[in-house]
Amino acid sequence: MAIAGQQTSPQATQGAGEISWHGIVLQTLKRNEISLIPYVPDRVLTPLIKNLHADPFFTTFATAREEEAVGIVSGAWMGGRRGAVLMQTSGFATLANVLASLAVPYQIPLIMFVSERGTLGEYNYGQSLVCRTMRPVLDSLALEHHTITRLDELEFIADRSIKQAVTTQAPVALILNPLLTGGKTFDK
Amino acid sequence: MNTRNTKVMNRFDITSRLIARLKHEEAVIGGIGNTNFDLWAAGHRPQNFYMLGSMGLAFPIALGVALAQPDRRVFALEGDGSLLMQLGALSTIASLKPKNLIMVVMDNGIYQITGAQPTPAASVADIVAIAVGSGLSNSAWAADEEDFERLVEAAMSATEPSLIAVRIDDKPGVGTTRRDPVQIRERFMHGLGVREPL
Repeated sequence: MAIAGQQTSPQATQGAGEISWHGIVLQTLKRNEISLIPYVPDRVLTPLIKNLHADPFFTTFATAREEEAVGIVSGAWMGGRRGAVLMQTSGFATLANVLASLAVPYQIPLIMFVSERGTLGEYNYGQSLVCRTMRPVLDSLALEHHTITRLDELEFIADRSIKQAVTTQAPVALILNPLLTGGKTFDK
Repeated sequence: MNTRNTKVMNRFDITSRLIARLKHEEAVIGGIGNTNFDLWAAGHRPQNFYMLGSMGLAFPIALGVALAQPDRRVFALEGDGSLLMQLGALSTIASLKPKNLIMVVMDNGIYQITGAQPTPAASVADIVAIAVGSGLSNSAWAADEEDFERLVEAAMSATEPSLIAVRIDDKPGVGTTRRDPVQIRERFMHGLGVREPL
Protein backbone atom coordinates (compact mmCIF):
# COMPACT_ATOMS: atom_id res chain seq x y z
CA MET A 1 0.00 0.00 0.00
CA ALA A 2 2.85 2.39 0.77
CA ILE A 3 3.82 4.74 -2.01
CA ALA A 4 6.98 6.83 -1.87
CA GLY A 5 6.29 10.44 -1.00
CA GLN A 6 3.19 9.69 1.07
CA GLN A 7 3.06 9.63 4.82
CA THR A 8 0.53 9.68 7.59
CA SER A 9 0.35 12.57 9.99
CA PRO A 10 1.98 12.40 13.44
CA GLN A 11 -1.46 12.26 15.03
CA ALA A 12 -2.19 8.91 13.39
CA THR A 13 1.03 7.29 14.52
CA GLN A 14 1.42 8.51 18.05
CA GLY A 15 2.54 6.13 20.79
CA ALA A 16 0.32 3.71 22.68
CA GLY A 17 0.78 5.61 25.95
CA GLU A 18 -1.09 8.66 24.72
CA ILE A 19 -4.77 8.95 23.97
CA SER A 20 -5.12 8.21 20.29
CA TRP A 21 -8.06 7.69 17.99
CA HIS A 22 -7.01 4.09 17.33
CA GLY A 23 -6.59 3.38 21.03
CA ILE A 24 -10.15 4.58 21.66
CA VAL A 25 -11.50 2.46 18.80
CA LEU A 26 -9.71 -0.64 20.10
CA GLN A 27 -10.96 -0.18 23.65
CA THR A 28 -14.51 0.55 22.47
CA LEU A 29 -14.54 -2.63 20.38
CA LYS A 30 -13.31 -4.65 23.35
CA ARG A 31 -15.80 -3.15 25.77
CA ASN A 32 -18.60 -4.10 23.38
CA GLU A 33 -17.26 -7.66 23.01
CA ILE A 34 -16.49 -7.25 19.33
CA SER A 35 -13.69 -9.74 18.77
CA LEU A 36 -13.72 -10.66 15.07
CA ILE A 37 -12.04 -8.04 12.87
CA PRO A 38 -11.65 -8.79 9.15
CA TYR A 39 -10.26 -5.89 7.18
CA VAL A 40 -8.92 -4.67 3.87
CA PRO A 41 -5.97 -2.48 4.84
CA ASP A 42 -5.59 1.25 4.59
CA ARG A 43 -2.53 3.35 5.43
CA VAL A 44 -4.40 5.45 7.99
CA LEU A 45 -5.75 2.34 9.72
CA THR A 46 -2.26 0.82 10.09
CA PRO A 47 -1.74 1.59 13.81
CA LEU A 48 -5.22 0.26 14.66
CA ILE A 49 -4.67 -2.91 12.62
CA LYS A 50 -1.24 -3.43 14.18
CA ASN A 51 -2.58 -3.11 17.72
CA LEU A 52 -5.57 -5.36 16.99
CA HIS A 53 -3.21 -8.04 15.70
CA ALA A 54 -1.11 -7.68 18.85
CA ASP A 55 -4.09 -8.14 21.19
CA PRO A 56 -5.13 -11.80 21.64
CA PHE A 57 -8.70 -10.75 22.50
CA PHE A 58 -9.21 -10.07 18.79
CA THR A 59 -9.17 -12.38 15.79
CA THR A 60 -7.83 -9.96 13.20
CA PHE A 61 -7.17 -10.89 9.59
CA ALA A 62 -7.11 -9.50 6.06
CA THR A 63 -9.67 -10.48 3.45
CA ALA A 64 -9.34 -10.17 -0.31
CA ARG A 65 -12.43 -7.98 -0.67
CA GLU A 66 -14.60 -5.90 1.63
CA GLU A 67 -17.81 -7.79 0.81
CA GLU A 68 -16.08 -10.99 1.86
CA ALA A 69 -15.45 -9.39 5.25
CA VAL A 70 -19.12 -8.37 5.46
CA GLY A 71 -20.14 -11.99 4.77
CA ILE A 72 -17.80 -13.24 7.49
CA VAL A 73 -19.04 -10.92 10.24
CA SER A 74 -22.65 -11.57 9.17
CA GLY A 75 -22.12 -15.31 9.61
CA ALA A 76 -20.34 -14.75 12.90
CA TRP A 77 -23.20 -12.61 14.22
CA MET A 78 -25.69 -15.36 13.45
CA GLY A 79 -23.39 -17.80 15.23
CA GLY A 80 -23.27 -15.60 18.31
CA ARG A 81 -19.98 -13.76 17.86
CA ARG A 82 -19.66 -10.04 17.23
CA GLY A 83 -17.42 -8.56 14.57
CA ALA A 84 -16.59 -5.32 12.79
CA VAL A 85 -15.15 -4.59 9.35
CA LEU A 86 -12.36 -2.10 8.70
CA MET A 87 -11.95 -0.58 5.24
CA GLN A 88 -11.16 2.50 3.20
CA THR A 89 -13.66 4.69 1.34
CA SER A 90 -12.91 2.97 -1.98
CA GLY A 91 -13.63 -0.38 -0.34
CA PHE A 92 -17.00 0.82 0.89
CA ALA A 93 -17.81 1.62 -2.73
CA THR A 94 -17.80 -2.12 -3.50
CA LEU A 95 -20.49 -2.92 -0.91
CA ALA A 96 -23.84 -1.71 -2.30
CA ASN A 97 -24.94 -5.21 -3.32
CA VAL A 98 -24.10 -6.97 -0.06
CA LEU A 99 -25.61 -4.18 2.03
CA ALA A 100 -28.86 -4.26 0.07
CA SER A 101 -29.14 -8.04 -0.24
CA LEU A 102 -27.67 -9.32 3.04
CA ALA A 103 -27.03 -6.88 5.88
CA VAL A 104 -30.17 -4.75 5.58
CA PRO A 105 -32.88 -7.28 4.63
CA TYR A 106 -31.65 -9.93 7.09
CA GLN A 107 -31.40 -7.27 9.82
CA ILE A 108 -27.77 -7.87 10.70
CA PRO A 109 -25.99 -5.33 12.94
CA LEU A 110 -23.07 -4.85 10.60
CA ILE A 111 -20.49 -2.52 12.14
CA MET A 112 -18.22 -0.77 9.65
CA PHE A 113 -15.28 1.52 10.28
CA VAL A 114 -14.42 3.45 7.13
CA SER A 115 -11.20 5.42 6.88
CA GLU A 116 -12.21 8.41 4.79
CA ARG A 117 -10.08 9.23 1.79
CA GLY A 118 -10.93 11.59 -1.02
CA THR A 119 -11.40 14.80 0.95
CA LEU A 120 -9.43 17.41 2.93
CA GLY A 121 -6.25 17.19 0.94
CA GLU A 122 -6.78 14.30 -1.43
CA TYR A 123 -4.28 14.21 -4.30
CA ASN A 124 -5.81 11.38 -6.34
CA TYR A 125 -8.83 12.53 -8.36
CA GLY A 126 -10.29 9.01 -8.49
CA GLN A 127 -10.24 8.80 -4.70
CA SER A 128 -12.05 12.10 -4.36
CA LEU A 129 -14.73 10.93 -6.79
CA VAL A 130 -15.28 7.55 -5.15
CA CYS A 131 -15.59 9.31 -1.78
CA ARG A 132 -18.59 11.23 -3.11
CA THR A 133 -20.46 7.97 -3.75
CA MET A 134 -20.29 6.84 -0.12
CA ARG A 135 -22.90 8.95 1.65
CA PRO A 136 -25.46 8.75 -1.18
CA VAL A 137 -25.23 4.94 -1.02
CA LEU A 138 -25.63 4.98 2.77
CA ASP A 139 -28.54 7.42 2.53
CA SER A 140 -30.24 5.48 -0.26
CA LEU A 141 -30.58 2.52 2.13
CA ALA A 142 -31.38 4.80 5.09
CA LEU A 143 -28.34 3.40 6.91
CA GLU A 144 -27.12 5.01 10.11
CA HIS A 145 -23.77 6.71 9.60
CA HIS A 146 -21.63 9.19 11.45
CA THR A 147 -18.61 11.14 10.31
CA ILE A 148 -16.24 11.42 13.25
CA THR A 149 -13.99 14.48 13.21
CA ARG A 150 -13.10 15.03 16.90
CA LEU A 151 -11.14 12.90 19.31
CA ASP A 152 -13.32 13.97 22.25
CA GLU A 153 -16.46 12.73 20.44
CA LEU A 154 -15.08 9.46 19.14
CA GLU A 155 -15.77 7.21 22.12
CA PHE A 156 -19.32 8.51 22.60
CA ILE A 157 -20.22 8.12 18.94
CA ALA A 158 -18.56 4.73 18.49
CA ASP A 159 -19.83 3.20 21.73
CA ARG A 160 -23.42 4.45 21.32
CA SER A 161 -23.52 3.51 17.63
CA ILE A 162 -22.33 -0.04 18.27
CA LYS A 163 -24.94 -0.50 20.98
CA GLN A 164 -27.63 0.96 18.72
CA ALA A 165 -26.64 -1.34 15.84
CA VAL A 166 -26.90 -4.41 18.07
CA THR A 167 -30.17 -3.48 19.76
CA THR A 168 -31.91 -2.29 16.59
CA GLN A 169 -30.33 -5.03 14.43
CA ALA A 170 -29.28 -2.50 11.82
CA PRO A 171 -25.93 -1.73 10.16
CA VAL A 172 -23.89 1.32 11.03
CA ALA A 173 -21.00 3.03 9.25
CA LEU A 174 -18.52 5.01 11.34
CA ILE A 175 -16.56 7.25 9.00
CA LEU A 176 -13.14 8.23 10.34
CA ASN A 177 -12.52 11.70 8.89
CA PRO A 178 -9.01 13.13 8.28
CA LEU A 179 -9.75 15.72 10.99
CA LEU A 180 -9.68 12.78 13.43
CA THR A 181 -6.97 10.59 11.98
CA GLY A 182 -4.78 13.07 10.15
CA GLY A 183 -5.63 11.32 6.92
CA LYS A 184 -3.16 10.67 4.17
CA THR A 185 -1.22 13.55 2.67
CA PHE A 186 1.11 14.01 -0.25
CA ASP A 187 4.42 15.60 0.63
CA LYS A 188 7.05 16.33 -1.97
CA MET B 1 -8.49 -36.37 -9.77
CA ASN B 2 -9.41 -34.54 -12.94
CA THR B 3 -12.93 -33.21 -13.30
CA ARG B 4 -13.44 -34.99 -16.63
CA ASN B 5 -13.08 -38.38 -14.95
CA THR B 6 -15.91 -37.66 -12.56
CA LYS B 7 -19.52 -38.69 -12.92
CA VAL B 8 -22.07 -36.01 -13.71
CA MET B 9 -24.37 -35.98 -10.68
CA ASN B 10 -27.46 -34.02 -9.68
CA ARG B 11 -27.54 -31.11 -7.23
CA PHE B 12 -30.77 -32.08 -5.47
CA ASP B 13 -29.67 -35.70 -5.11
CA ILE B 14 -26.26 -34.70 -3.74
CA THR B 15 -27.82 -32.15 -1.36
CA SER B 16 -30.31 -34.77 -0.11
CA ARG B 17 -27.48 -37.24 0.48
CA LEU B 18 -25.58 -34.62 2.47
CA ILE B 19 -28.59 -33.69 4.62
CA ALA B 20 -29.30 -37.38 5.35
CA ARG B 21 -25.82 -37.73 6.84
CA LEU B 22 -26.11 -34.80 9.27
CA LYS B 23 -26.65 -36.10 12.81
CA HIS B 24 -25.20 -33.35 15.01
CA GLU B 25 -27.13 -30.21 14.06
CA GLU B 26 -24.46 -29.19 11.58
CA ALA B 27 -25.00 -25.77 10.02
CA VAL B 28 -25.57 -25.58 6.25
CA ILE B 29 -25.27 -22.34 4.26
CA GLY B 30 -26.94 -22.43 0.85
CA GLY B 31 -25.58 -20.04 -1.79
CA ILE B 32 -27.70 -17.91 -4.10
CA GLY B 33 -30.31 -19.47 -6.39
CA ASN B 34 -30.46 -23.16 -7.19
CA THR B 35 -28.04 -24.11 -4.44
CA ASN B 36 -30.36 -22.91 -1.69
CA PHE B 37 -33.49 -23.94 -3.61
CA ASP B 38 -32.30 -27.55 -3.48
CA LEU B 39 -31.26 -27.16 0.15
CA TRP B 40 -34.79 -26.00 0.92
CA ALA B 41 -36.28 -28.82 -1.15
CA ALA B 42 -34.16 -31.41 0.68
CA GLY B 43 -36.18 -30.57 3.79
CA HIS B 44 -35.93 -27.46 5.95
CA ARG B 45 -33.77 -27.71 9.05
CA PRO B 46 -33.38 -24.98 11.68
CA GLN B 47 -29.62 -25.07 11.04
CA ASN B 48 -30.04 -24.11 7.36
CA PHE B 49 -29.34 -20.60 6.09
CA TYR B 50 -30.55 -19.51 2.67
CA MET B 51 -28.87 -16.67 0.78
CA LEU B 52 -31.24 -14.50 -1.25
CA GLY B 53 -28.59 -12.27 -2.79
CA SER B 54 -24.93 -11.42 -2.09
CA MET B 55 -23.73 -13.80 -4.80
CA GLY B 56 -20.45 -15.45 -3.89
CA LEU B 57 -20.69 -15.07 -0.13
CA ALA B 58 -21.77 -18.58 0.94
CA PHE B 59 -18.22 -19.52 1.94
CA PRO B 60 -17.48 -16.25 3.79
CA ILE B 61 -20.79 -16.48 5.69
CA ALA B 62 -20.02 -20.10 6.58
CA LEU B 63 -16.52 -19.07 7.66
CA GLY B 64 -18.06 -16.56 10.06
CA VAL B 65 -20.34 -19.22 11.54
CA ALA B 66 -17.40 -21.62 11.81
CA LEU B 67 -15.30 -19.03 13.65
CA ALA B 68 -18.18 -18.24 16.01
CA GLN B 69 -18.94 -21.89 16.78
CA PRO B 70 -15.72 -23.91 16.45
CA ASP B 71 -17.33 -27.06 17.94
CA ARG B 72 -20.03 -27.25 15.23
CA ARG B 73 -19.37 -28.52 11.72
CA VAL B 74 -20.43 -25.93 9.14
CA PHE B 75 -21.19 -26.83 5.52
CA ALA B 76 -21.45 -24.33 2.68
CA LEU B 77 -23.02 -25.15 -0.68
CA GLU B 78 -21.89 -22.93 -3.54
CA GLY B 79 -22.18 -22.91 -7.32
CA ASP B 80 -19.16 -22.64 -9.57
CA GLY B 81 -20.30 -19.31 -11.00
CA SER B 82 -20.76 -17.90 -7.51
CA LEU B 83 -17.37 -19.12 -6.37
CA LEU B 84 -15.73 -17.41 -9.35
CA MET B 85 -16.98 -14.12 -7.93
CA GLN B 86 -15.08 -14.56 -4.68
CA LEU B 87 -12.02 -16.74 -5.29
CA GLY B 88 -10.04 -14.68 -2.77
CA ALA B 89 -12.21 -16.17 -0.01
CA LEU B 90 -10.48 -19.51 -0.55
CA SER B 91 -7.14 -18.02 0.52
CA THR B 92 -8.72 -16.33 3.54
CA ILE B 93 -10.12 -19.69 4.64
CA ALA B 94 -6.83 -21.44 3.93
CA SER B 95 -4.95 -18.97 6.12
CA LEU B 96 -7.40 -19.26 9.04
CA LYS B 97 -7.66 -23.07 8.74
CA PRO B 98 -11.04 -23.65 10.43
CA LYS B 99 -11.19 -27.45 10.61
CA ASN B 100 -14.98 -27.38 11.10
CA LEU B 101 -15.67 -25.77 7.70
CA ILE B 102 -16.66 -27.97 4.76
CA MET B 103 -17.15 -26.35 1.35
CA VAL B 104 -19.15 -28.06 -1.39
CA VAL B 105 -18.94 -26.69 -4.93
CA MET B 106 -21.70 -27.64 -7.37
CA ASP B 107 -19.99 -27.31 -10.75
CA ASN B 108 -22.06 -27.43 -13.93
CA GLY B 109 -20.01 -24.86 -15.84
CA ILE B 110 -23.06 -22.69 -16.46
CA TYR B 111 -25.16 -19.93 -14.98
CA GLN B 112 -28.16 -22.27 -15.04
CA ILE B 113 -30.64 -19.87 -13.48
CA THR B 114 -30.02 -17.02 -15.92
CA GLY B 115 -30.31 -19.07 -19.09
CA ALA B 116 -27.51 -21.64 -18.92
CA GLN B 117 -24.77 -19.38 -20.27
CA PRO B 118 -21.31 -20.96 -19.81
CA THR B 119 -19.10 -19.48 -17.10
CA PRO B 120 -15.73 -18.07 -18.14
CA ALA B 121 -14.12 -20.99 -16.30
CA ALA B 122 -16.23 -23.70 -17.90
CA SER B 123 -13.79 -25.12 -20.40
CA VAL B 124 -10.49 -23.87 -19.03
CA ALA B 125 -10.34 -23.95 -15.22
CA ASP B 126 -10.42 -26.69 -12.59
CA ILE B 127 -12.12 -25.74 -9.29
CA VAL B 128 -10.12 -28.21 -7.20
CA ALA B 129 -6.83 -27.04 -8.73
CA ILE B 130 -7.84 -23.46 -7.90
CA ALA B 131 -8.67 -24.46 -4.33
CA VAL B 132 -5.40 -26.35 -3.87
CA GLY B 133 -3.53 -23.43 -5.40
CA SER B 134 -5.29 -21.13 -2.91
CA GLY B 135 -3.90 -23.16 -0.03
CA LEU B 136 -6.78 -25.58 0.59
CA SER B 137 -4.85 -28.82 0.26
CA ASN B 138 -7.76 -30.93 1.53
CA SER B 139 -9.76 -30.47 -1.70
CA ALA B 140 -11.06 -33.20 -3.98
CA TRP B 141 -13.44 -33.99 -6.81
CA ALA B 142 -16.17 -36.48 -5.88
CA ALA B 143 -15.97 -39.31 -8.42
CA ASP B 144 -19.58 -40.38 -7.88
CA GLU B 145 -22.32 -40.30 -5.24
CA GLU B 146 -20.68 -42.89 -3.02
CA ASP B 147 -17.39 -41.05 -3.21
CA PHE B 148 -19.18 -37.82 -2.24
CA GLU B 149 -20.60 -39.50 0.86
CA ARG B 150 -17.18 -40.87 1.71
CA LEU B 151 -15.64 -37.40 1.39
CA VAL B 152 -18.37 -35.91 3.60
CA GLU B 153 -17.70 -38.55 6.23
CA ALA B 154 -13.97 -37.83 6.12
CA ALA B 155 -14.63 -34.08 6.42
CA MET B 156 -16.61 -34.69 9.62
CA SER B 157 -13.38 -35.51 11.45
CA ALA B 158 -10.87 -33.58 9.33
CA THR B 159 -8.22 -31.45 11.02
CA GLU B 160 -8.29 -28.76 8.34
CA PRO B 161 -10.97 -27.19 6.14
CA SER B 162 -12.36 -29.45 3.41
CA LEU B 163 -13.53 -28.65 -0.10
CA ILE B 164 -15.54 -31.16 -2.11
CA ALA B 165 -16.26 -30.39 -5.76
CA VAL B 166 -19.11 -32.14 -7.51
CA ARG B 167 -19.73 -32.14 -11.22
CA ILE B 168 -23.46 -31.71 -11.72
CA ASP B 169 -25.97 -31.63 -14.56
CA ASP B 170 -27.84 -28.60 -15.92
CA LYS B 171 -31.12 -29.23 -14.08
CA PRO B 172 -32.77 -26.32 -12.22
CA GLY B 173 -33.42 -26.40 -8.49
CA VAL B 174 -36.31 -28.57 -7.30
CA GLY B 175 -37.95 -26.23 -4.78
CA THR B 176 -38.28 -22.52 -4.11
CA THR B 177 -37.08 -21.08 -0.83
CA ARG B 178 -39.59 -18.93 1.05
CA ARG B 179 -38.09 -15.49 0.58
CA ASP B 180 -38.39 -14.03 4.05
CA PRO B 181 -34.91 -12.88 5.07
CA VAL B 182 -35.70 -12.00 8.69
CA GLN B 183 -37.47 -15.31 9.25
CA ILE B 184 -34.56 -17.18 7.65
CA ARG B 185 -32.03 -15.41 9.86
CA GLU B 186 -34.06 -15.72 13.05
CA ARG B 187 -34.74 -19.45 12.55
CA PHE B 188 -31.09 -20.03 11.78
CA MET B 189 -30.06 -18.29 15.01
CA HIS B 190 -32.54 -20.45 16.92
CA GLY B 191 -31.10 -23.50 15.19
CA LEU B 192 -27.60 -22.55 16.26
CA GLY B 193 -28.66 -22.01 19.86
CA VAL B 194 -27.93 -18.30 19.75
CA ARG B 195 -31.54 -17.25 20.27
CA GLU B 196 -34.48 -18.71 22.14
CA PRO B 197 -37.69 -19.10 20.10
CA LEU B 198 -40.23 -16.32 20.69
